[in-house]
Amino acid sequence: MSISLTVNGSPHQVDADPSTPLLYVLRDDLALNGAKYGCGLGQCGSCTVVVDGEAVLSCMVPIMLLEGREITTIEGLGTIDEPGPLQQAFIELQAAQCGYCIPGMMMSAHALLRRNAQPSDEDIREALATNLCRCGTHMRILAAIRRAGELMKAASLPESDEGRAG
Amino acid sequence: MSILQGQITRRSVIVGTGCLVVSFSLGRAFAQAPAAPAPPTTPPAPPASLPGSLDDDRFLDSWIRIDPDNSITVFTGKAELGQGIRTALLQVAAEELEVDPVDIEFITADTGRTPNEGFTAGSQSMQNSGTAIRNAAAQVRALLLAEAAKRFGIAPTELKAENKSVLAKDGRSVTYGELVSGEMLHVEAQPQSALKQPGTFRVMGKPLPRVDIPAKVTGQPAYVHDLRLDGMLHARVVRPPSSAATLTEIDQGAAEAMPGVVSVVRDGNFLAVVAEKEFQAVNAMRTLAEAARWEERETLPDQTDLPAELQRLEREVGTVAEAGVLSSDGKVFEATYTRPYQIHGSIGPSCAVAQMKADGTLDVWSHTQGVFPDRAAIAEMLAMPEEKVHVIHMEGSGCYGHNGADDAAADAALIATKVSGKPVRVQWMREQEHSWEPYGPAMLMKVSATLDDQGRIASWAYDLWSNTHSTRPGGAGALLAARHKAQAFQPEPAELRISPSGNGDRNANPLYTIPNKRVLWHFLPDMPLRVSALRALGGYANVFAIESTIDELALMAGSDPVEFRLRHMEDPRARAVIELAAERFGWDKAQMPRNRGRGFGFARYKNLAAYLAVAMEAEVEPETGRVRVIRAVSAIDSGEIVNPDGIRNQTEGGILQSISWTLYEAVAFDRTRITSTDWSSYPILRFASVPDSVEVHIVERPGEPFLGTGEAAQGPAAAAVANAIRNATGKRLYDLPFTRERLRNAVGRA
Repeated sequence: MSISLTVNGSPHQVDADPSTPLLYVLRDDLALNGAKYGCGLGQCGSCTVVVDGEAVLSCMVPIMLLEGREITTIEGLGTIDEPGPLQQAFIELQAAQCGYCIPGMMMSAHALLRRNAQPSDEDIREALATNLCRCGTHMRILAAIRRAGELMKAASLPESDEGRAG
Repeated sequence: MSILQGQITRRSVIVGTGCLVVSFSLGRAFAQAPAAPAPPTTPPAPPASLPGSLDDDRFLDSWIRIDPDNSITVFTGKAELGQGIRTALLQVAAEELEVDPVDIEFITADTGRTPNEGFTAGSQSMQNSGTAIRNAAAQVRALLLAEAAKRFGIAPTELKAENKSVLAKDGRSVTYGELVSGEMLHVEAQPQSALKQPGTFRVMGKPLPRVDIPAKVTGQPAYVHDLRLDGMLHARVVRPPSSAATLTEIDQGAAEAMPGVVSVVRDGNFLAVVAEKEFQAVNAMRTLAEAARWEERETLPDQTDLPAELQRLEREVGTVAEAGVLSSDGKVFEATYTRPYQIHGSIGPSCAVAQMKADGTLDVWSHTQGVFPDRAAIAEMLAMPEEKVHVIHMEGSGCYGHNGADDAAADAALIATKVSGKPVRVQWMREQEHSWEPYGPAMLMKVSATLDDQGRIASWAYDLWSNTHSTRPGGAGALLAARHKAQAFQPEPAELRISPSGNGDRNANPLYTIPNKRVLWHFLPDMPLRVSALRALGGYANVFAIESTIDELALMAGSDPVEFRLRHMEDPRARAVIELAAERFGWDKAQMPRNRGRGFGFARYKNLAAYLAVAMEAEVEPETGRVRVIRAVSAIDSGEIVNPDGIRNQTEGGILQSISWTLYEAVAFDRTRITSTDWSSYPILRFASVPDSVEVHIVERPGEPFLGTGEAAQGPAAAAVANAIRNATGKRLYDLPFTRERLRNAVGRA
């Protein structure tokens, strides 16, 4: 059965069981690496993507609920050659160790920064409440998200969902 | 460098310059000098010891290759585990080769390409591989300068290496690629190298951004999890419900009939499904698991009385350290501390890809810490010659020691042999990672210490009970798949070994000056729960116990804890980190408000590697039992600095991970099964509870050997948390982790 999904601004026809969680379609059918399998239980946040502006755990959401919705993954925030503000900030502050949880962190932050470009430390901690990091990179993740807010403010352009990756 | 006349070998002839002869004969000459020529019956002396891992792989071109097109390739047997080792080693190579880091292609652990450096573990990559690459690169640079000198007819001192070329003062230049010919770099390294002096560094000692981070934050393929090979199939394993379970009955039919399922694999107690797409494999795994009938047995210890269980398992005692005569004169402090089983808990469950090829060779891509040992174990499991198995490291989620990586590689390898030709990707499920990875072992530590009337520690008796902390491959019996298949392999029996760097007894011998002491490891060979190396091994709990005791002794002596540590510490580098952490924390002036406390912790990792001290301020809520570290201020000395930001990142991580272990983490189990199977039944640190700030101050030691960084913080951080709670509440907690319930019990709010 074919389902149409819009990911990072591009339409896709996906031939998968409608009950398939979005995570598997992103990784397996669309060959996107950003969203990661961590628990499949909605407990760790490493699969986080943004759907219509909200952070969503892609391991929990079947694709049948996502037709007509705007799905953004880390690949939609910029490229390795033209990183977006969040990506720039994480690179600048070296906010990764193994990095496995980081795209999920960044997508939770992306949803936060869309509605609040200058979040407080409490706001950021709240937005990352369901994201787990095991390497202990928390301090840098918090700092990178604050820095991304500054970069976005400096550029005076809100983070766009319109597929910078093209 | 030395010139050895009269010891011309084949390789020296090939090098041909006469000014740089490096060979086995050189090593023997050094080793034997100044002895008289040996009689012919004497076996040859071993070759001279070479720096770092060069001693195991002695040829320069095992580490560094320069091609005629001037491309440079550097090889390491170590693996990037998220600790930033790729970047740090790249800096070392670029520095000594006088090139830019971007000019180097850097190849990490691969049984087909790189030196065998065993495991990437024990915070030893800089000491072993960093030292080897640094010396190899310096010697390659010297060879290039010598070759250019010969071609230009001038002295090497008139030349300089720069930007992949050798330049003469008169303006002539020649590229590295033009200089290298034949087997010029296929020579053995020398014991001594003309290393660059710290004052001339361009790349080392500077915070080079990690080369792997841009790909990771933009969704580029960065992990073995992201490997997609043509025609690749997806597999999932159905593990037994408990470690001693045996499969009694299985109807494979329902799973085999599911969409996309290619095959169901059964080999003894090993069960797996293979499907075209990943979620099809997940669904089929669930169906197959429901169809399986297992016979289970009660083999796990009684979790409610772990200290007694650990003592019951004791079979042997090893003496770790002994000095003077123990005494119970003076003031006595006695305590018993415990540490539970704890998981590595990688956020990304273990994953591997394997492909059995038509020529009978097997490729395995794995986030193993040891491609060579893993290859040996997989080859043994499959009864294949080792040379037919090729293990290639690709990054995984951070491992923090021996987690499920090797097992997932074995799963993929075994399944690949049953669906020959096609690549197979296996990823564990969350509950499999929690239930089946080897845990950091439970430990019991008993201390009895005395103070003399001068307020100095007079006597120290320390007894620890623990399994071994390493059951790595090794043999095939270290692999779950090999244990579960019909022709099953058994784990190798564990042996008590006392070594300088330690295992369960790591850091069990206090670095402090204590005239009379005895440190014993009560060894538990039987492992009712599967255990292996978790970051810092026994060092985490031993330092927690020692540093908690030191604080109590300081209180008994009426001394400040920092002053008390310094009173018993002679090593100037240890004193330096203790003083720096205290100063930056503001230890002298720190006034703690109600329900807040300060705590200090120190250790030299393994008693022979990095020095780390940390001071913490923690807040305790007596009503809820919640503890939060407000700030941590650390000082570290890990020898010569290669990447200061890498040291900071690893140390911050070590502190936060240790806070998580110390406040929250314990594997739960009943007499049959592991019951910590996900993040709700095994909670870890969350953002709501991370500190407001974590500082890392680095002591610079230019010209000193690399000491490694990754495991320096875990023990001291645990102690600092414990001591801060003691300072805030007046109560000491002896049992890890410091759960809310334990804290409430301690302060009488239960």
